[in-house]
Amino acid sequence: MERIEFTREMKKDYTILVPNMLPIHFGMISAVFANEGYHFEILHNDSSAVVEAGLRYVHNDTCYPALLVIGQFLDALNSGKYDVNKTALLITQTGGGCRASNYIHLLRKALVKSGYGQVPVISLNLSGLEKNSGFQFTLPLIRKTISIIGYGDMLMLLKNQVKPYEVKKGATDQLVKQWQTRLCEDFKGNKGLSLSQMKVNFKEIVQSFSEVEMQKSEKTKVGIVGEIYVKYSSLGNNNLEDFLLSQNCEYMIPGLMAFVLFMIDTRLEDVKLYGGNKLKSAVINVLFQYIAKIEKMFIHAIESNGSFLAPSPYVHMKSLVDGVVGHGNKMGEGWFLPAEMLELCEQGFENIVCTQPFGCLPNHIVGKGTIRPIKERFPKANITAIDYDPGASRVNQENRIKLMLAIAKEQNMATVTIQVEDKPKKKSPALISVASLL
Amino acid sequence: MKLGIDIGSTTIKLVLISETNEVIYKSYERHHSKINEKLFACLNMVKRKYSDIGPIAVSITGSAGMGLADRLGIGFVQEVFATKVATSTLMPHTDTVIELGGEDAKILFLSNGLEVRMNGTCAGGTGAFIDQIATLLETTPEEMNVLAKSAEKTYSIASRCGVFAKSDIQPLLNQGAKKEDLSASIYQSVVNQTIIGLAQGRRITGEILYLGGPLTFMSELRKRFDTTLHLTGTCPENSLYYVAIGAAICADTMTDIDQLIDKVASYKSKENFEKIEPLFKNQEEYRSFLERHAKSDVTIHQESNYDGSVHIGIDAGSTTIKVVAINEAEDIIFSRYQTNGGNPIPPIKAILEEFYDINPHANILSAAVTGYGEDMIKNAFQVDFGLVETVAHYTAAKKFNPDVDFIIDIGGQDMKCFRIVDGAIDDIFLNEACSSGCGSFLQTFANILGYSSEEYGKLGLFADAPVDLGSRCTVFMNSSVKQAQKDGASVENISAGLSISVVKNAIYKLIRVSSASELGQNIVVQGGTFLNDAVLRSFEKEIGGDVIRPNIAGIMGAYGVALYGKNKGLLCSSILRPEALKQFTHTISYTNCNLCANHCALTINTFDGVRKFVAGNRCDRPTTPNRNHQNNLNLCAYKRTLLEGYMNKMVPSPKGKIGIPLVLNMYELLPFWTTFFNELGFEVVTSGFSDGETYLSGQDSIPSDTVCFPAKLVHGHIEKLLTKEVDAIFYPCMTYNINEKRGHNHYNCPVVAYYPETVANNIDSIKNVQYIYDYIGLHRPKDFVGKIQVILSRYFADISKKDIQNATDRAFAERELFLAKTREKGAEMIRIARENNQKIIVLAGRPYHLDPKVNHGIDQLMSSYQVAIVTEDSICHLVKEKYHANVLNQWTYHARLYDAAKYITTQRDMQLVQLVSFGCGVDAITTDEVKAILREGNKIYTGLKIDEITNLGATKIRIRSLIAAIEQEEVLGWSE
Repeated sequence: MERIEFTREMKKDYTILVPNMLPIHFGMISAVFANEGYHFEILHNDSSAVVEAGLRYVHNDTCYPALLVIGQFLDALNSGKYDVNKTALLITQTGGGCRASNYIHLLRKALVKSGYGQVPVISLNLSGLEKNSGFQFTLPLIRKTISIIGYGDMLMLLKNQVKPYEVKKGATDQLVKQWQTRLCEDFKGNKGLSLSQMKVNFKEIVQSFSEVEMQKSEKTKVGIVGEIYVKYSSLGNNNLEDFLLSQNCEYMIPGLMAFVLFMIDTRLEDVKLYGGNKLKSAVINVLFQYIAKIEKMFIHAIESNGSFLAPSPYVHMKSLVDGVVGHGNKMGEGWFLPAEMLELCEQGFENIVCTQPFGCLPNHIVGKGTIRPIKERFPKANITAIDYDPGASRVNQENRIKLMLAIAKEQNMATVTIQVEDKPKKKSPALISVASLL
Repeated sequence: MKLGIDIGSTTIKLVLISETNEVIYKSYERHHSKINEKLFACLNMVKRKYSDIGPIAVSITGSAGMGLADRLGIGFVQEVFATKVATSTLMPHTDTVIELGGEDAKILFLSNGLEVRMNGTCAGGTGAFIDQIATLLETTPEEMNVLAKSAEKTYSIASRCGVFAKSDIQPLLNQGAKKEDLSASIYQSVVNQTIIGLAQGRRITGEILYLGGPLTFMSELRKRFDTTLHLTGTCPENSLYYVAIGAAICADTMTDIDQLIDKVASYKSKENFEKIEPLFKNQEEYRSFLERHAKSDVTIHQESNYDGSVHIGIDAGSTTIKVVAINEAEDIIFSRYQTNGGNPIPPIKAILEEFYDINPHANILSAAVTGYGEDMIKNAFQVDFGLVETVAHYTAAKKFNPDVDFIIDIGGQDMKCFRIVDGAIDDIFLNEACSSGCGSFLQTFANILGYSSEEYGKLGLFADAPVDLGSRCTVFMNSSVKQAQKDGASVENISAGLSISVVKNAIYKLIRVSSASELGQNIVVQGGTFLNDAVLRSFEKEIGGDVIRPNIAGIMGAYGVALYGKNKGLLCSSILRPEALKQFTHTISYTNCNLCANHCALTINTFDGVRKFVAGNRCDRPTTPNRNHQNNLNLCAYKRTLLEGYMNKMVPSPKGKIGIPLVLNMYELLPFWTTFFNELGFEVVTSGFSDGETYLSGQDSIPSDTVCFPAKLVHGHIEKLLTKEVDAIFYPCMTYNINEKRGHNHYNCPVVAYYPETVANNIDSIKNVQYIYDYIGLHRPKDFVGKIQVILSRYFADISKKDIQNATDRAFAERELFLAKTREKGAEMIRIARENNQKIIVLAGRPYHLDPKVNHGIDQLMSSYQVAIVTEDSICHLVKEKYHANVLNQWTYHARLYDAAKYITTQRDMQLVQLVSFGCGVDAITTDEVKAILREGNKIYTGLKIDEITNLGATKIRIRSLIAAIEQEEVLGWSE
């Protein structure tokens, strides 16, 4: 099968379709790419036709995200909305030992099978896996994308902490939208993307969210972790976030930046564990340090404002998994998944939904396989693993989450009674299991 | 007073309790999916009894109650939580609750850290599962309990889900296993399932409470739990009602009974489910459909006193028996179709006797048999010919359309599809481990809802808006149907939806085409399930064209085999005649074969006191006592022998004893590591090949019930090593495999790479020993020396770099030697096979597919068909041009598969059979790719899915069909 290259010619008038995973981030990313002359369009189609198309053209035992992403593309091409001779598709390619690195090939197979063999597929990767003359993920573009991940994470994090308590319904979403519009305007003028500008913007963003009127009330705190697509995409997780909001929860989803750090760091770890090119390591380390700098600013902006809970630094998360899994565990979400769960426990989000596609290979080990040691460290950890799959019924999933929430409420009641007595300090490390004290 | 309403998947339970939590009133009713009507009736019962009840607090619980509670504006209590509340109130000293329901299984650990577990989406239910099996055994769940009491032995039955268990039971039934023993075995499998699926590494101890229908009604099931857990649990009063009681205790919505009844009465569920087009717009359309299909008929005149020549065809299927007799004009003069009741011998005997009674003067020229029971029936009744099912079906289909190019057969238990190219069966699709349910699946659903399957199918014909239930594995269907019911879908629309889903499942999941037009131009559909017009119509709608459904769709196998017998031109059949049938005796005895680690449970059938037929064996060793007659061209066996050589290497005055589990990638790296440690002065012991105990001994620490079977076995291997007094267990994490430079990269799959971490995190007793599971990279041999030195220095003193360098060199050399021996032996076997004109089959997979428990003796089974078996790693290096895969070729094991597949396309006498572990995510990619390579090279692709399941019936059909296809190709090739 010959790969159709995305050429310079195509860049002029092709529409590039992008699957939706993180709505806040992806919207802004497309603005930055527009500056460089690309016409991105983020897909929002989510009818049952998406799953249907996926089932038809992708091996049904392949993981669910592949099925959805490919289904979403095919459904879009079938819709008639796009000139299929002037359309390209963009998909990320991670290149790890997980089967996910094969999405792009499965997509191409599916395109040929469904009669869209002419549609070029662009691989977005940092590993130099595939190259296209009309699409270059240049260093400046990489830098800008990283900045947007910072902004996206910031807006997402604050939104999640404010929305459940907002007094005026819709105020938080409104604010997110305002910021998105303003930032996109800035990006068009190539503003807002340098470190110094980010610092200023971060501060302002945090301030604006702290001004949203909130009514604090008792809510169940739930963390969402898991396979990256299912974790973030409402199409993948049956609108998990909306469901949790409807169940009187405040949820926390760790951002994308730390995951990017993890991805970069795995290369450094590889050299440490098995040997390799030290020079390459040094170059990678520059990128790593650059992002770490943004992370520091990010955390500082939140902490100095004092109204919100900031994420833990990446290095801290990395240290959390010592004794649970090795840092060489890098396929899929690798050690980063239990690290996120441990961090959530530390932050008081012991109720965790661990999302994964049915039969997800890495998650056998780093998801379901690490729940035991996490519970040993945090006996109150209340983790439920939910499988997502075209055949899994939503009722079943929601029922399981409800069970997790019922237990959370009960444990919470126990905590409250004790807290009256010895008033634990704010941010006490790892609330000791109250249940076990009783 | 408080009212708790528990709406489960099959029943509604109502409980009224007093302020002191005394149960005042309770009711238990099956709802047959008509939840609203039933609830209305139940509430009216309460009202009649307690007319002056006044205001009450209500809450709803149960898997089917969630949406209803929302819409009625009544509080919902999660059902497991309800159980917990009820237990804490009524039986506060309980440590663990085991609750089995209609389709759910739950364990609650109440003491030492609260934990609650529900079965995953994959594990087929429990109550429903037992019901299904009872149907299969032609008994009721209540009778099963009685039967189980007099069990003498238990068989190992896959416990993972209903579909798996069914495939285990069917062959046992056909081999004549006793229902008593099977009943007990089923209970045991439920126990194992509960432990592995729910306890997930946590020991069940202390005071146990048994709740829910199955555990309340089945004393033997409780006993099985007691025995397995080494304790005595309690099944308390009101054990059926705990969930409802819990809901009542939590009840907080105040209402009165009239108001509640009004709400339920006026409640109309919104029809918000995904809909599909109706099957038929009107009666007219249905009529013309029927007329069209009436054309595809074979003449049937059930004759009596027929005195011409006849040919008898018998199809001894997995659940049913079909017998036909045809005359020289190929018309059917006699046909019978019935279930086999677990043992095909008596019904076939009865049918034959009936035939002889009706037609005492018929001149039987030939008799032939096909199907699962083929070998035994042939032996029992002295039938002339046996024929593999696929060929039988093809023979029959040709009668209706000589140009047939695709046949799809959906029967009670299995689906068979085959593509025909140039008069030979080219591609075979059989349902395996997964998605087994087809006809019997529809039947089970019909039964649950209180219909016969015929009535149920008809219901869907004019459904106005069939529910879209998806096309995935049928086990998932239960929850999809539940959801549809909740969304207010009518019985008619669900029935139609199920018919459509059966079809979609076959087309998209089993056959794996992306558009129905890829199937073929001349399609013949058959099998009992297609007699259901709704299924037939769905199929035609899905493929957008007409197909042929013969009027004898249900007996095509028998008809085909009768035609086959006729074409053989015999002058007189040897089948037992009336006199002989009168004397006919059949005795069964049981034993275990002890010739290898599989320890097959053998059923020895003796007919007429002289003819013996052994069933249950995987290979021909127990039936071919003379070893010289056995086929020795089996490279898998040779590789196992080679590996055995590394298992017990003596080292003089060792520095210590290192244990290595023989699992996953260790199947390949054992020569390397054994040599490495031996050279460093350590003795190495291994866990050896898996045996019957391995899986069970480790099952209670498996955290993910959907991981592949080879990974699950790791737990048992570690347990075994722990009994061997080792100083350390060595099982390193390996992201990368050895770089063989075949693909873009050389990864291991995530499970192989990191399973050592799961061992550390989930097997408690591993803490009693030094467990070395560091990250190690053999892909960089130069760096390896330094890195391993640092690692080993953490565990052992005084190992010099020089020694490590030396050990490393030796180890790599030994690995090369192992590989070289494998290749040499492979080449030798290929040469001998060619000299003897034997067929050569490459049994391709991963190194650990060598394990006799992982592959269930498939290599030996294949070997008994007199073919030579070689492995992919013995030929992949022979490929001339480097293969450019259409997928990312970055796993070492996969790259070998692709190269091996590519190579055999250049070898006329070689075929490839791929072993695939169920649940292996990366094999979703390799199977498609290997298939593509073989197709391009005009070879038949045969993939065998393997799991803990031990049914080799499907495997046999595939192997025999493959051999039949090769033979046919050869015949055609020669005639060119």
